[in-house]
Amino acid sequence: MNFDVKRRLMLKGSMVAGMATVAAAAGLLSPTSVLAAWPKAAFDAKSIDSAMSTLLGSSAATNSGDIKIKAPSIAENGAVVNVVVSTKIPDVESISILVEKNGTPLAFTADLAKTVDAFVKTRVKLGKTSKVIGVVKAGGKIFSANKVVKVTVGGCGG
Amino acid sequence: MRVNIVNKNGQANIRVLIKHPMETGLRKDKATGKVLPANYIQSLKIEHKGQLVVNAKCGVAVSKDPFFYFKVGGVAAGDAIKISWLDNQGKTETKDETVG
Repeated sequence: MNFDVKRRLMLKGSMVAGMATVAAAAGLLSPTSVLAAWPKAAFDAKSIDSAMSTLLGSSAATNSGDIKIKAPSIAENGAVVNVVVSTKIPDVESISILVEKNGTPLAFTADLAKTVDAFVKTRVKLGKTSKVIGVVKAGGKIFSANKVVKVTVGGCGG
Repeated sequence: MRVNIVNKNGQANIRVLIKHPMETGLRKDKATGKVLPANYIQSLKIEHKGQLVVNAKCGVAVSKDPFFYFKVGGVAAGDAIKISWLDNQGKTETKDETVG
């Protein structure tokens, strides 16, 4: 990615973040602003960077020790891998789960109102052994942490 | 869709289990060799007393028969919780629950 494109993305990102902050300040998730349609481009993105910049406005995440990812070290069945992402970071706006080695890394994302605990649990598919990345957007900033899950049987392509 | 809500001192621990194939659109039917069309849940919403509190979006990498667990705070017994999902084929299901 060249510098100009990156700069464009940054500008676009800061605008989106700005709007999200306004909605978050109201303490509500409103169906019209934050909750646009299903973010197809982010889910179709083939790389973590493009998925994150499309979804969150930036792919520049700070590694954070305050994000806890609970997932098995070894998954016998990659088709069903339990993942919990939780954090103590304040003002969480959204939590996303990405699987590095999947064709389309973005698996799941949830916008959470202020009353909701910064915690999500779901089950995802892993095509092969991969890092599972938890991304937390809080106070307009992006934080991430990851955990490697070793898959002994593939989850995609049955 | 099965929903379990536990009220833990004003925090509703909401577990949702949905029966859904979560087909990626990449797999082939072994018998016919035809590609199985994509069929997966894209959106899951939880409303507390009419306010949207969880707005989740899924891709094809969420497992078959998806399970979700959220902890919604600031609830009281008797509060209405509405859970709904929508898949890429336009199918949808809604469930109205009450905090116990």
